[in-house]
Amino acid sequence: MNQSQHNRDVGRRQAMIVVGGGGLAVAGLALLPQAALADAGAVAEAMKGLIGDRKPQEGRITLDLPQIAENGNTVPLTVEIDSPMTEQDYCKAVHVLADKNPRPDVATFRFTPACGKSAASTRMRLAKTQNVVAVAEMSDGSVYMAKSEVKVTIGGCGG
Amino acid sequence: MASKPRVRVPKTAKKGEIITIKSLISHKMETGRRKDSKTGELIPRQIINKFVCNFNGKQVFASDWHPAVSANPFMAFNFKAEESGEFEFVWTDDDGSTYSKKASLTVN
Repeated sequence: MNQSQHNRDVGRRQAMIVVGGGGLAVAGLALLPQAALADAGAVAEAMKGLIGDRKPQEGRITLDLPQIAENGNTVPLTVEIDSPMTEQDYCKAVHVLADKNPRPDVATFRFTPACGKSAASTRMRLAKTQNVVAVAEMSDGSVYMAKSEVKVTIGGCGG
Repeated sequence: MASKPRVRVPKTAKKGEIITIKSLISHKMETGRRKDSKTGELIPRQIINKFVCNFNGKQVFASDWHPAVSANPFMAFNFKAEESGEFEFVWTDDDGSTYSKKASLTVN
C-alpha cells in the first residue's frame, strides 16, 4: 500500500465514523412508510381538533427542550406557562404535539388553580429531527402557542 | 403490565408553598408500531393513557398520554399546599386496569 492510498483509506474511515450516527437514524427511518409520518398539516389538523378555530397567540409559554437529542426514545420536556393560577385566571391545559412523529399527539397536561403553578415535565419519543409544539388553553378561552426544534440523532417510536 | 408506581412528595410544607411532585411507573408503553423481531408481526399497542392526581378526593392535575410518551413514563408537576391531606395518584392502562399510589402531606 503506497502512502497516498493509505491516506485516502484513513480519510474514508474517519468519514464513516462521522456519518455513522446519522446513517443509523436514516436507516431506522427508512423502515417507516413516509405517508405514515405526520407533517405540518397533521399538526394543524390535530390543533383544530383540540382548540377549534381559536387563533393561538405568541408568548407566555416557556418550552424547555434539548437542542440535540442523542436518543429519540427519551427526550426530556418541560413546559411552563406564565399564569397567576387563580380561580379567575388560570391555565386549563397544555397540549404537546410533534410534527414529524407517526402521530402528532404527545401528551396533554390538565391543570387546576390548586396546582399553584402551571408547569409540567415528562419524557417523550421523537422519530426524527422535528418541531415540538406546545399549545396552552387559558381559562378565559385564549390560546397561546410556542415551538422549538429538536435535532434527533437516533429516532424513537419503534421504527 | 405496569409495576412499581413511585411518587416523590414532600412530607411537610408551609401554607401557600408551591411543592413539586414527581412520579414514575414502570411500563413498556408499547406504541403499536414495533414489530416482533422473530415473527415480524406488529406488537399491539398497550400504553398508560391517563394519569390523574387527586388531593382529598378532588382532582388537581391530570395528563392524557399518547404513544409518543416514553417507556416508564415520568411526570412532574406542582401543587400549592393549603391544607393537610392525602394525594392519590392513578394511572390507567389501555386494557382498563389501574395502578395507584397514595401519599400524605402535612401543612404547617
